[in-house]
Amino acid sequence: MVTAVTSLGRSGLHDWFIQRLSAVVMAVFAIYIGWFVATTPDLQYPQWVAFFQQWLVKAFAVVTVILMSLHIWVGMWIVSTDYLKPTGIRMVFQGALILYCLVIIVWGIQILWSV
Amino acid sequence: MKFSIYRYNPETDSRPSMQEYELDIPAGSDMMLLEALMLLKDKDPTLTFRRACREGICGSDGMNINGKNGLACVTPVSELGKKAVIRPLPGLPVVRDLVVDMTQFYRQYEKVKPYLQNRNEPPARERLQSPEERAKLDGLYECILCACCSTSCPSFWWNPDKFVGPAGLLQAYRFLADSRDTETEQRLSDLDDAYSVFRCRGIMNCVSVCPKGLNPTKAIGHIRSMLLAKGV
Ligand code: SF4
Ligand code: SF4
Ligand code: FES
Repeated sequence: MVTAVTSLGRSGLHDWFIQRLSAVVMAVFAIYIGWFVATTPDLQYPQWVAFFQQWLVKAFAVVTVILMSLHIWVGMWIVSTDYLKPTGIRMVFQGALILYCLVIIVWGIQILWSV
Repeated sequence: MKFSIYRYNPETDSRPSMQEYELDIPAGSDMMLLEALMLLKDKDPTLTFRRACREGICGSDGMNINGKNGLACVTPVSELGKKAVIRPLPGLPVVRDLVVDMTQFYRQYEKVKPYLQNRNEPPARERLQSPEERAKLDGLYECILCACCSTSCPSFWWNPDKFVGPAGLLQAYRFLADSRDTETEQRLSDLDDAYSVFRCRGIMNCVSVCPKGLNPTKAIGHIRSMLLAKGV
């Protein structure tokens, strides 16, 4: 058993599962947005806002933003533990990474909720 | 035929270098690379490499042959083209020439407790297995620990102290799959961290080099499924 304090989950399975689940949700969300764009003939700002005012779309977007941040966290944490060998650099990177993900979540929810 | 061989003697050389050799090999010869290396060693006794069984059983002559890990004793020189570039297994410290320090590799092997554990009272003669149960060990028990797989795995290069690597994980699964072993739970919890198993990214370098034709990626997939079944 190898312990890691800056990883997202407490077990490897946990991280792995979140990475897969978030990938699926992000893919579905991207397809959904693509479908909306493709099937809305004259897409302007009002239609775009009206789309995001539907509470289901809003909820889906919020969930996707949260899962996307977790996806970034897991993925970039793995990259940093593979390639950043000096402990100091790795710690700074991971600290910034965690902060970045939290900011995305808070900011993303703020934007989506204000629609 | 031309050979370009990695040479390094830490006692006298400040850095490794490639040395060129020539060897006359009769046309149509079915000589293996190991034999060619032994002929070269007759000419230059300082050339250093490991070997023992010379038939793909002991696992001691793993090396990097024209960029791909393999056993010299089962690699025909006729497959190597006009020039063979021979280097030690990548990612492990070089002791001398083609001899690497396998400590990290064995340490990972040791971690998976590669022996049968059974807490039940031993029967009078032996613990029996049905032919079906025994068949589950096929493709796992044949590993000769040559390290060709683990030293071709980028995840093992970057974290040889934390990622168990394909060879160790193949053995981990060999005991998870054994009907006579009672410590499945404990074995799985020991592996459920961010590195030991999950650092495998499924690149399958291990599968492409294994001289015994084994499939560590598949075994790793089975371990992952077992962890998943336990964890959800
Ligand atoms: S799995 Fe294959 S390549 Fe890896 S150590 Fe065993 S025999 Fe060698
Ligand atoms: S499949 Fe996994 S263990 Fe095999 S070489 Fe790739 S990362 Fe390494
Ligand atoms: S010398 Fe034993 S495996 Fe090649």
